[in-house]
Amino acid sequence: MALVNVTINGVQVQAENGALLIEVAKQNGIEIPAFCYYEGMSLQAACRMCLVEVEKAPKLMAGCTLPVAEGMVVRTESEPVVKARKTTLEFLLSNHPLDCPVCDKGGECELQDMTFKYGVGESRFTEIKQHVPEKQWSPVVFYDAPRCILCYRCVRVCNEGMGVGALGVSYRGVNAEIIPSNGDHLECDECGSCIDICPVGSLTSGIYRYKTRPWEMEHVGTVCTHCSNGCKTTLGVRNNEIVRGNNRDKSGINGEFLCVKGRYAFDFTQHPERLQTPLIRNAAGELEEASWSRALKLVAEKFKALAGPDFGVIGSTRTTNEENYLLQKFARTALGTASIDHHRTGDVVTLIDSLSGKTGQLATAEDLYTSKAVLVVASDLSQQQPLLANKIRANVRHHKAAVYTVTPGPVREDKIARKAIRIAEADSLAGVEQLREALSKEAELVIIYGDAIQGEKVRQLVAFGESLGIPVKYVALVDYANSRGALDMGLLPDLGPGYHATAPGRSLQQMLDDPKLAALWVVGSNPLKGGKSLASTNAFVVVQDLFLTETAQRADVVLPAASAYEKNGTVTNVCGQVQRLKKGIETVGSKADLAIIGLLARGMGVNLGKVDADAIFAEIAASVPGYNQLPMPVILTGGAVQTHPVNGGVPPSSVPGIIASARDTLFTTGSLTRYSKILNEVLEKPGALYS
Amino acid sequence: MTFSPELEAKFADLVTHYPEGRQRAALIPMLMFGQEEVGSITPEFMEEVAKRLGLNTMQVDEVVGYYSMLHKKGMGKYHVQVCTNVACMLRGGAELYDHACHKLGLGHKEVSADGVISLEEVECMGACSWAPAIQVNYDFHHEVTTEQLDTILEGLKK
Repeated sequence: MALVNVTINGVQVQAENGALLIEVAKQNGIEIPAFCYYEGMSLQAACRMCLVEVEKAPKLMAGCTLPVAEGMVVRTESEPVVKARKTTLEFLLSNHPLDCPVCDKGGECELQDMTFKYGVGESRFTEIKQHVPEKQWSPVVFYDAPRCILCYRCVRVCNEGMGVGALGVSYRGVNAEIIPSNGDHLECDECGSCIDICPVGSLTSGIYRYKTRPWEMEHVGTVCTHCSNGCKTTLGVRNNEIVRGNNRDKSGINGEFLCVKGRYAFDFTQHPERLQTPLIRNAAGELEEASWSRALKLVAEKFKALAGPDFGVIGSTRTTNEENYLLQKFARTALGTASIDHHRTGDVVTLIDSLSGKTGQLATAEDLYTSKAVLVVASDLSQQQPLLANKIRANVRHHKAAVYTVTPGPVREDKIARKAIRIAEADSLAGVEQLREALSKEAELVIIYGDAIQGEKVRQLVAFGESLGIPVKYVALVDYANSRGALDMGLLPDLGPGYHATAPGRSLQQMLDDPKLAALWVVGSNPLKGGKSLASTNAFVVVQDLFLTETAQRADVVLPAASAYEKNGTVTNVCGQVQRLKKGIETVGSKADLAIIGLLARGMGVNLGKVDADAIFAEIAASVPGYNQLPMPVILTGGAVQTHPVNGGVPPSSVPGIIASARDTLFTTGSLTRYSKILNEVLEKPGALYS
Repeated sequence: MTFSPELEAKFADLVTHYPEGRQRAALIPMLMFGQEEVGSITPEFMEEVAKRLGLNTMQVDEVVGYYSMLHKKGMGKYHVQVCTNVACMLRGGAELYDHACHKLGLGHKEVSADGVISLEEVECMGACSWAPAIQVNYDFHHEVTTEQLDTILEGLKK
């Protein structure tokens, strides 16, 4: 791109020809204030805050829509500009209620900040302000029209960012306001992006409103624990309670994106049914509250007595890499069993094997934003993998990426797709084949596939990708926050950490079906969900969980575990990107699974080394292929680093396992989200979900 | 949603008035003509128009809210519109509107119980030369006095 010379406030700078003045100024450390301009969204030029003086232009120009050109001379702080800003703010405030003392946004409000910095202290308007009562559009979205400055940010983020288009601006003049999709209520993703992006306190969050002042919270940057996408979320913590989840600093792989679960569904941590004391089955056969010391002693004794090949261990898709690693190490060494598994939700193993001898073919979340083409196979991405879907939408918007879908039913990606093929999941590969010609003309491709593609089909899909003659990257979709980490850490009956073959043991289903099973240790999983039962009626069952799940109800000992928001460690997202969890709150009575495993080991007299998250991660980095070259500074500062699983040498599994996605949507609930009050309220709301 | 053959023909003709790819420009006339037949701008009607013009319903909704002559609820058989904009106001438009309110017992955009008459205070109708002006459906009445207004309203009730 040709560079042009532009003078801003007397300083000569170089910029790409046609770049927006507001961006050029920003890159050179000059702020041009604006409300409606928002990086990544379409231009609106509605607020008039960014007016600047351009030499030879007859009047002030809007910096947000002005492309720079050779020889342009701009003044952003001259007298007419300063005066214009004051007038604009005076206008914006002419009907603003100035209820800052009771407004959620107070303290982090852009209108407040701008008025502080650029505004005048008084107004010439003496007219009575037009008041309109506040409206509730959904359990999580409230709209206060008088506060609204009509910047259209919410409208654009909903249209463009989410692909939903549930918000609009209607009426006019002083009556103009934002309107929701269904007359008086919203039918949308309920993602809350509109609330987040609102520069004033017009759109407020059902879960956060009137709870706290922004400066009274601690802000803890961690990773959302709901789906596999691994969005970074900044928890607003006050008095040991999470009151807010957002990511306004745009850090992490998701920028500021969060879905309904990430933004609101942290309230499961406060659910009254949360376990806060260990439970032991008494002589009468009932679960009875007990002290930690008694419970740990009992479990350690039993584990010591029952250790051996008939001991079953079921790990979690939500616990940290450190916990997963320690669990399998403890099971394979101290408990002497090979029967280790977890709820598998996508076939990553075969993908890694299929890519034997190749490198750099596992896509990151960022690749979905930059790749020139994306193929989605057998997944309703917007419902099941919201961040990945968001990345693809942004890619189409910013880079005109070519999207192809092969799905059994209509999906939101169809609307932006070059070609959408409707075909039964079982025939997905035939659908993919129909796209051969179109795909081979693309410069590069990322293929994303759901759980319908597993085993031999993964190999066929990879063979197809490799036959296109273009660079292809892959994403094997999985469901949960650390589904990928559970695989990487070897919570598998035939593969250890880093996909190294080990002596085969029982798969999850085989453990449930085996009448000889002596003991079953379930860490953060609910295998008996949906009325399943354990074939071995005598097995000693220990469950570590947050709630009394179906599996916990069958347990002999239940140990209350900490949630992901209550511990440190690392998790690996669907694209194999490792990120760090940071402890935000504490729930009295619960312990992190890592601590529980450590205490049980101590009780059994087993030396597992130093049991703390950093020490175990160091051990993982030293011993697990793929995790050995991760730049720690990036991870420690809240960044994401992709692992490099060793391709090849992953033998086909001799143990028949089950890979099945739970097909959770944005609102349907997994085991954590069904304890989220707010998510259930959103679910119970009448009206069909946006599809 | 189905329309009369005449309206369908009108819709079909309307979209040909605009350059290829700009068919959404037909939105306002379609809503205007459709409103007459349907009676008001119903959600189904908005959806149908959106579908035909390749818009989303929200975009139609935005336009409907913006233009005061598009009504989401049905107006009376005779829709009485009184202008109170500058020229009419100076010549007694506001008093005329007040008079109509009292006479009919109706306020802005309200409909009489029998559904015959509705009242609306409107902005400039382009009849400034003959202010104050009122419009009943598509018929203009110029330089209206309160007495004349009474006569017009009486006439409507018959």
